[in-house]
Amino acid sequence: MKLEAHLRQARASGRKLLVPYVTGGLGGVWMEAIEAVAEAGADAVEVGIPFSDPVMDGPTIQEASLRALDVGATPAGINADLATLRIGIPLLVMTYCNPVAHMGFERFATLLVEAGVDGAIVPDLPLDELDPWSDAAGAVGLETVLLAAPTTPDDRLRRICERSQGFVYGVSLLGVTGERLALSSQALEMARRLKRTTDKPAVLGVGISNAEQAVEACSAADGVVIGSAVVRCLLSGGGAEAAGAYVATIRQALTDAGASADAVAG
Amino acid sequence: MTTSPSTTRAGGVHLDPPGPEPVGLGRFGDFGGMYVPETLVPALEDLTVEFRTAWHDTAFRTEFAELLGSYAGRPSPVTECHRLSAHLGIRVLLKREDLNHTGSHKINNVLGQALLTRRMGKKRVIAETGAGQHGVATATVAALFGLECRVYMGSVDVERQALNVFRMRLLGAEVVPVTSGSATLKDAVNDALRHWVASVETTHYILGSVVGPHPFPWMVREFCRVVGDEAREQCRLILDGRDPDVVVACVGGGSNAIGTFTGFVDTDARLIGVEAGGQGLESGRHGAALSRGVPGILHGARSYFMQDEHGQILEAHSISAGLDYPGVGPEHASLKASGRAEYSHATDEMALVGVRLLARLEGIMPALEPAHAIGWLADAVGRADGVAVGSTVLITLSGRGDKDAEQLAERYAGAFGLEPVERDERPR
Ligand SMILES: Cc1ncc(COP(=O)(O)O)c(C=O)c1O
Repeated sequence: MKLEAHLRQARASGRKLLVPYVTGGLGGVWMEAIEAVAEAGADAVEVGIPFSDPVMDGPTIQEASLRALDVGATPAGINADLATLRIGIPLLVMTYCNPVAHMGFERFATLLVEAGVDGAIVPDLPLDELDPWSDAAGAVGLETVLLAAPTTPDDRLRRICERSQGFVYGVSLLGVTGERLALSSQALEMARRLKRTTDKPAVLGVGISNAEQAVEACSAADGVVIGSAVVRCLLSGGGAEAAGAYVATIRQALTDAGASADAVAG
Repeated sequence: MTTSPSTTRAGGVHLDPPGPEPVGLGRFGDFGGMYVPETLVPALEDLTVEFRTAWHDTAFRTEFAELLGSYAGRPSPVTECHRLSAHLGIRVLLKREDLNHTGSHKINNVLGQALLTRRMGKKRVIAETGAGQHGVATATVAALFGLECRVYMGSVDVERQALNVFRMRLLGAEVVPVTSGSATLKDAVNDALRHWVASVETTHYILGSVVGPHPFPWMVREFCRVVGDEAREQCRLILDGRDPDVVVACVGGGSNAIGTFTGFVDTDARLIGVEAGGQGLESGRHGAALSRGVPGILHGARSYFMQDEHGQILEAHSISAGLDYPGVGPEHASLKASGRAEYSHATDEMALVGVRLLARLEGIMPALEPAHAIGWLADAVGRADGVAVGSTVLITLSGRGDKDAEQLAERYAGAFGLEPVERDERPR
């Protein structure tokens, strides 16, 4: 239970959890970007294994996925590269069902674990279809993070929280990934529902774009996933440095918000 | 109120009793399922319950049958093709879905789903479309029911089927060109799903074929099976109580084929689905998911998909936008596995032969999609794995050719020994 243990420990130390996302195989920059965002204060890094038809993703991650596929990204290639990383924080992989099913659940889970990956997110594999994958992942000690959505009813939310490993991923809005001008009005309620239901780390993601939104989300959640905003830094040519700097500003804002909250409380 | 209806009769239309449900979470054998983001699961569960209840509700069924009659023009006739029969050395019957309002079998499904949309209290629908036939059908029922309507269409198809884009807009629908991925039907489904994730509380997604997550493959089959159920009774009248030896339909996502097959699955008729062979299976440029694809998971279901060695979905290629889809509905995958149905393919060229034969011998211009079934049959008579001389064959003519006339005139006139018609290049 490396991912969950690590996140619980970070949370216990008073830290808000920050999980940046980087599209795996994105020409030239993605490995350095993982190192840069880890350095900039991430608690775990989510690496996308690109799929041709990413239905949970908006334009930014769609474009990054297609660019990565165009330069020959494959699950095996990405994992071989991940195996060489030494970033000192957990890695998790986000991908879609078909590349996983195509390789076979057991082989895919084994591939991830051998590359040093601690967790997996497969957004088109909901609770009801989970068993064959979670059996395979569980057998090799890979943690499977489940998504909960604003549309999820309470009894289902309870079952998702029971089965999610590592953390529970609360979708902050009705929609797909991509930057938004403001935090969704549904985000805080999503986080509160998760916090009422589980003591596993409750992390909000999808549509959380900047430091201000991250701070607001973390007023109720244990942490945030930042995806499209980080990937945009890479797509627009800023390189790993820009991605790292962007994540650093979010980490700083979360730290400052924590300090002022402590001051108020103290 | 829920009863267990036997048959329903209204407006001259006859509906058979509801057919069997898939097992568990939408399983047809090893295929089907509900592989969607969590956000959509509650809506799909609600839709499953809503459809099941409606489909056993006599009032709902009566209204559906009445609309199929008074609005869509059902029952569609079965036409015996005397000259084509003489030409091929078999007896050919055509189920005339081309004569329906809006020109294809798609109207059956959209009327059912529009009724269901109203029943669920939703006021807005979205749809994907390839050729534009499903988009036009959806825009049509949206107008009829006063629903707001948005149609996602690949930008490549927007160009290929400009006339249908105009039709949809004229009917009051918003058409959104999709530029992501390969900008064709599969990408239109992707964008419709993405939009549905954001709008699911107010919007129903009228999926256009027997694909997608549970309950769509089951629900769309049930709305389309009137094609096969009618055809079976009509054939028995024509054939003195006998069933045809062979039943043939084209397969894109598979809705006209499954609608047809369902009516004959309990008879001795051979069931044959014809996929898009494009420029030939060896070329890789085709849409033959069952013939050349492998099992995978896309758009919510486990079925056959064209994909590379890493599980990336490949682009389909077909002369007909309606067959230009790299997958197929899960029930077809199951019928292939069980052997109850056979699946073959026809190339672009064979489809053009199908158009020519039906136009010249019967005075019927088919849509390019069912022209694949005709072209396949013309090639299959007398072949060992084909159709024996003297057989009786029912073909579903899923749509009429008006939508394709422009494309044929500009690009394929030579196949008919004609001069191409130049597109009008005047600035608009
Ligand atoms: C006339 C016609 N036939 C067939 C199809 C293919 O769809 P399906 O396989 O679902 O019947 C289409 C799709 O656009 C169509 O317009």
